[in-house]
Amino acid sequence: MSDIESTLTRIQGHKGVIGVIIVNHQGVPLRSTFEHDAMTKQYADLIPSLADLARNLVRDLDPQNDLEFLRIRSHKHEIMVAAKDDFVLLVIQDPTAAA
Amino acid sequence: MPTSPTKKDKVKGKKKAQDQSQSQDYVPPPPPMPGDEAFAMPIREVVKPDNQLRLSDIELTEEVAKMLTANNPAAPKNIVRFNMKDKVFKLEPMVEQTVVHYATDGWLLHKSSDEAKRQMDMEKMEQEASARFQADLDRASHEHKEHGDVEPPDDSRQLRNQFNFSERAAQTLNYPLRERETFTEPPPTATVSGVCTQWEIYDEYIKDLERQRLDEASKSKGGKKHASGGQHGGANASKSNEHVPTLQSPVLMHCLGTLDRMVNQNMFEEVAMDFKYWDDASDAFRPGEGSLLPLWRFVSDKSKRRQVTSICWNPMYDDMFAVGYGSYEFLKQASGLINIYSLKNPSHPEYTFHTESGVMSVHFHPEFANLLAVGCYDGTVLVYDVRLKKDEPIYQASVRTGKHNDPVWQVVWQVDEASKALQFVSISSDGNVNLWTLTKSELIPECLMKLRVVKAGETSDEDPMASGPAGGCCMDFCKMPGQESIYLVGTEEGAIHRCSKAYSSQYLSTYVAHHLAVYAVHWNHIHPNMFLSSSADWSIKLWDVHDSKHPVMTFDLNDSIGDVAWAPYSATVFSAVTDDGRVHVFDLAQNKLLPLCSQKIVKKAKLTKLVFNPKQPIVLVGDDKGAVTSLKLSPNLRITSKPEKGQKFDDLEIAKLDAVVEIARKSDADLGKNA
Repeated sequence: MSDIESTLTRIQGHKGVIGVIIVNHQGVPLRSTFEHDAMTKQYADLIPSLADLARNLVRDLDPQNDLEFLRIRSHKHEIMVAAKDDFVLLVIQDPTAAA
Repeated sequence: MPTSPTKKDKVKGKKKAQDQSQSQDYVPPPPPMPGDEAFAMPIREVVKPDNQLRLSDIELTEEVAKMLTANNPAAPKNIVRFNMKDKVFKLEPMVEQTVVHYATDGWLLHKSSDEAKRQMDMEKMEQEASARFQADLDRASHEHKEHGDVEPPDDSRQLRNQFNFSERAAQTLNYPLRERETFTEPPPTATVSGVCTQWEIYDEYIKDLERQRLDEASKSKGGKKHASGGQHGGANASKSNEHVPTLQSPVLMHCLGTLDRMVNQNMFEEVAMDFKYWDDASDAFRPGEGSLLPLWRFVSDKSKRRQVTSICWNPMYDDMFAVGYGSYEFLKQASGLINIYSLKNPSHPEYTFHTESGVMSVHFHPEFANLLAVGCYDGTVLVYDVRLKKDEPIYQASVRTGKHNDPVWQVVWQVDEASKALQFVSISSDGNVNLWTLTKSELIPECLMKLRVVKAGETSDEDPMASGPAGGCCMDFCKMPGQESIYLVGTEEGAIHRCSKAYSSQYLSTYVAHHLAVYAVHWNHIHPNMFLSSSADWSIKLWDVHDSKHPVMTFDLNDSIGDVAWAPYSATVFSAVTDDGRVHVFDLAQNKLLPLCSQKIVKKAKLTKLVFNPKQPIVLVGDDKGAVTSLKLSPNLRITSKPEKGQKFDDLEIAKLDAVVEIARKSDADLGKNA
């Protein structure tokens, strides 16, 4: 759908955004805006398990609740994760570069 | 003496016997005398051992009494036992004196003892039983000889052979054992592990509920229409089973949208913080002055070439607003654009709609926040449903259905509980005020009013043909409950008319004060009698409804005014935008002549529109370069009355404005007197 494509391109074009990755539920990256595959593979391997843990936490506390988003802010970047049943969507941005 | 020798003899005899036995050792018997072969008298010799007691004769004749008692000499004579009752040692009075010399157990019973009697009874019974059995046997054999089959006698109680009973057993050959083992290949195993958490259980229950509901639904449908019910159930199932490719799923779209906002939040982090929390602290030090802090700037590629003609906040979502783009210039007319932005994503509009001609006015329905009414430059009115993703309006007025002939300057939704249909009013330069009704298929106009030019001093009895239609530029409906059918109309000639929906030919009153077109009229949000008007003659006038001749106050801003608006939180605060790129904020309660703030917002652009946010302390300002800027009002500009218990906010505000008006009128009167 072109809407999705245009939104992806737009996000990628925002200030400070380093990359956008979409990973399917098996851990295979579907889309990635990184040039080097190594980075993609690393993110695709590590992030989904953390998102699962986070979802476990939220749902254990209250089964009617569910995880919406996960944001990990480090010194250098911020990783924003949207974890759903079919896919995991990651955006890596450097917030200070946006200024 | 004869007794004593006997006694002596006895004693002696005894002793002699002893002695003899003793003396054997000492003295051998005398050898028999050779000459005496015949019976010789034995010689008696008394021999006294040496250690015999030597007693005197008197002592020898003494009678010694000997007693024989039944006491056991070996039994202890003084046994002491501890008495637990008295807790003291007590002497046993009687001690057992019996000595048992010999004891043995025997098996003889006395004939007359109980045991013996019982034994004898038993023997008798056994004898009787065996006699009976024998009798039975004899009888049986006798009968057998005579009759044949006969019941054998019961011999279960009889022990056949009581003495010679022996066990008989035989052992079979024990075959030697040998172990045999085989191993089969173990079945292929796979370790399956699972986690059972509370939410997984919950999910399963929910799925089960769904299944049950589907079953019930299909069952009930099957009762009515069997075939279609099955189909429907099948269709439902197939819909849920259908797998949308991940990259095209709507869920992904939604996530992308939210992530976009998150990225924007990071980009505009300071702005977001300012929007929420920044309050200019220096306002405390300069009373009577305020400032406007620029926040986000909403601009998109397509909008850069157009002018902002209308902004409207969404009544349901506080962060959403619609911007209509068009052109005010007669000669440069292009297609129109509507962008619906959210404050959460300043870089990209949430929805975009394209129209054929420039958009002049947009308005969200107060109740159904997805309906957007649009008025265009070519006179058409459109209604969009924002929720649909299509770029088409759901209703469009065309030449056939009675669109206006001139640009539609303003559209306002009507909320009428009586009528079920949705209605909105539009005003246009061709002098018609139309009420449009939304039916199932189209818009139906109804002319509420035909505006006519009213010259100052003339009554409306004038020949209607002489005065032509007046062009309406703006309108505002009264928001006071009970007066919702009254509205103000600003015309191109500079007159403001107060009209009612009930009367279609007459004005309730006319206010003539401006020399040029009136571009904006607004009722005060709180005060029911005051309204503002702004005009191309560079002035803003504050009117009291009852006084149609003179405005209460006039403000001259030295430049053409684009728009004016009342603040929702105060009856005395209003703001205006001018063509030199400035925003002016007035608070009549603090300063009746000068604005509290006059700030230049954009360089080289004219500001065209201004709206206050009903809840947040921000204003949106649109300019003619297609950009919308949001500004935060500093605290001095937001002074509002705080009602205490028993007071109403509205009353306080109305009182404030009334006070201002009073003073203004008094000063006017003074001026008038003096002049």
